[in-house]
Amino acid sequence: MVAALLTLAAACGGRSNSSSSSGSSGSTASSPGITDTEVKLGGSYPFSGPASAYGAIGKTLEGYFKYVNDQGGVKMGDGKTRKITFTTYDDAYTPANAVANAKRLVEQDQVFALFNTLGTANNTAIMDYANQQKVPQLYVATGAGTFGVNPTAHPFTTGWQLAYPTEAAIYGQYLKDSKPDAKVAVLYQNDDYGKDYLNAFKKAIQGTQIKIVSEQSYETTDPTVDSQVTNLAQTGADVFFNVTTPKFAAQAIKKAGELGWKPLQLLNSVSASITAVLKPAGFENAQNIVSATYIKDPTDPQWDNDAAMKKYKELLPKYASGVDPANSFGVYGFAVGETMVKALEATKKPTRDALMQAVRSMKGVEIGLLLPGVKVTMDGTKDGYPVESGQIVAFKTDRFVLQGKLIDTYEGKSGTLGA
Amino acid sequence: MSERRRVVLVEGTAKYRIAVAVVALVVLAIAIAIPYVMPPFRVFQFTEVLMIAIAVLGLNLLTGYNGQISLGHSAFFALGAYTTTVLIIDHGWNYVLTLPLAFAVAFAAGFLVGIPALRLHGLYLALVTLSLAIVTPPLIKRFEGVTGGAMGRSVPKPGAPGWTGLAQDQWHYFVVLAITAVMVLIARNLVSGRIGRALRAVRDDGLAAETMGVDLAIFKTLTFAYSAGFAGVAGGIFAFVVGFVSPESFTLVLAIGFLSAMVVGGLSSISGAVFGSLFYVFVPVYAADVNDALSGVIYGVALIVVMFLMPAGVVGVLRRVRGLVVDVRKPGAHGPTVAPPVVGRDLSEAAGVPATSSSAEL
Repeated sequence: MVAALLTLAAACGGRSNSSSSSGSSGSTASSPGITDTEVKLGGSYPFSGPASAYGAIGKTLEGYFKYVNDQGGVKMGDGKTRKITFTTYDDAYTPANAVANAKRLVEQDQVFALFNTLGTANNTAIMDYANQQKVPQLYVATGAGTFGVNPTAHPFTTGWQLAYPTEAAIYGQYLKDSKPDAKVAVLYQNDDYGKDYLNAFKKAIQGTQIKIVSEQSYETTDPTVDSQVTNLAQTGADVFFNVTTPKFAAQAIKKAGELGWKPLQLLNSVSASITAVLKPAGFENAQNIVSATYIKDPTDPQWDNDAAMKKYKELLPKYASGVDPANSFGVYGFAVGETMVKALEATKKPTRDALMQAVRSMKGVEIGLLLPGVKVTMDGTKDGYPVESGQIVAFKTDRFVLQGKLIDTYEGKSGTLGA
Repeated sequence: MSERRRVVLVEGTAKYRIAVAVVALVVLAIAIAIPYVMPPFRVFQFTEVLMIAIAVLGLNLLTGYNGQISLGHSAFFALGAYTTTVLIIDHGWNYVLTLPLAFAVAFAAGFLVGIPALRLHGLYLALVTLSLAIVTPPLIKRFEGVTGGAMGRSVPKPGAPGWTGLAQDQWHYFVVLAITAVMVLIARNLVSGRIGRALRAVRDDGLAAETMGVDLAIFKTLTFAYSAGFAGVAGGIFAFVVGFVSPESFTLVLAIGFLSAMVVGGLSSISGAVFGSLFYVFVPVYAADVNDALSGVIYGVALIVVMFLMPAGVVGVLRRVRGLVVDVRKPGAHGPTVAPPVVGRDLSEAAGVPATSSSAEL
């Protein structure tokens, strides 16, 4: 029966419909998902499930592209002005759903490019598929180093934000300057994200007087990290490197305060959220916590008269009414959306290859909501990381305050910082 | 419709066999046509339907035919998925050849879990299996060396051999269709004849079954093992069709999905597994199209509505509809049967399982 079935199937031959979406296109013809008036993008986000807070990014981007279209669309490098159709699907933060969504976007909706799909595991799950199909998987919403480290192996995939290894190197540099004999206690999430930070940090402090005196890990399924923090506090370390996601970050900061442990605290940017982390942890426990950032903080009065921030605060309520302008996910969405528009403007032909070429040759492109001096720069197969500069911030009273100067020494080097 | 207008078919006659063959051919033709008329993403979804159907079929053996409830089939599904993943990536096995082993591993695990099932009934068994579903994702994370931990592992997706001229999605579909056919045959052989009668007897009255010479312990544990094995095969297919395994794919939600698909399709029915899986795969997609944030609610409402309108599942409705048109009788019987089997729709019954042997059919 099986044999009969397969023979029958083979006899019928392949799909006669030749307009199948897969397969590479020639250099002259245009790729699927782009006409003279429209360019289709698609992304997969956790609109439901445990990580649904991140869904705000997807909603912001839907609004941002609507705004771009209301302005007439985007004038691409081939001289034609196109409207952007941005299709999003919910993956509830599970990789299997992200795979199904990516297939749906590429094969059914026939998007020109996948854009800003969220989550490390989710993007890992679709990376091979996207590269096999030669569909761009652009500006993924995760800082894992893996998405930029080897552009030759994954020519169609790029990250966007400051990569975790780069951020860890910035903390290493900060300690070298301010606390050269630091004894560091590390709490990290036991997965690629946590290890990305930890390994890069270790590499950054190699050959210095800085020592890691204790490492404790936790699983996302653990109810609390209290025992880990207690263990770390007993080592008497004077620096606490907190590599945790928001819920655990709040627990750890609170517990350290309860124990009377007062080290210099480095908090990874993943959890540098006032509403989700520092407020629940208690502002009294959060004073002077140090983190690193690359985008403008919407609650920082310093940007009240900043043109890009003013525009953001005016447009967001209009185009994405469900997203709070004070939520940094909104700023993130606008900034990554603007980067995408800039990439399309630089695309000379209506093909996916031309888009990748434009993306990978961006040099010193300024984005309104990135910190002054942070520029989007890539370099073919040599530099696969768009944003590589960041600045230290410290939590004072009830908000983060920028410290010192922008650290931009890692431009073009992020790929070497990981372990 | 009056009694006389109905077409009377007597089991075993040439007319009956032709009717069964015609329906079977139509179903087969539709199944084979799908990858040629549908776009690639749809074909992928139908491949998922077949994959889920295998797991639901296994669960049906346990719950529908044998009356044991399992909330832990996501664990066996995961076991099969990781077995296939490890064999393909670390040992270079052919993907199809991994499936018998995925079956065997899940079968063995199911046998072990089936042992407490001897002493536990109903809710208590459900609770034991519930813990199985809950402990699965953290357990996968602990064995990082093998499973890839929280980050999961990418499985290379097999392409179609050149001689077929098929695209990858079409090839996957036909491979999974063939596997489904094999699993349906196995399930049919299990539920028809002696074993099937014994299973149902155990479900309806264990004590009575025992006095009739049915070895309760063997039947209950073996049913659990077979059922787990089916889930294992489905998990193995998941690994190479989706191409990525990670702990979040094997949560309690999946186990409950199997249960709801089984009930929507129809208990104690082999074809019901396919209808239930269609519901499981397609309804959430359309629900999300209506509203992303409310997709879960819409899916839940759809489930409630279906259960209200079709308490016996899709297959129950089909049986009623068919009963209006055709009257299937046993050789020598004169009146209409109590619960006429669905010709061709239900392979187990088309094969001649007595439809009136118990109340099991609906």
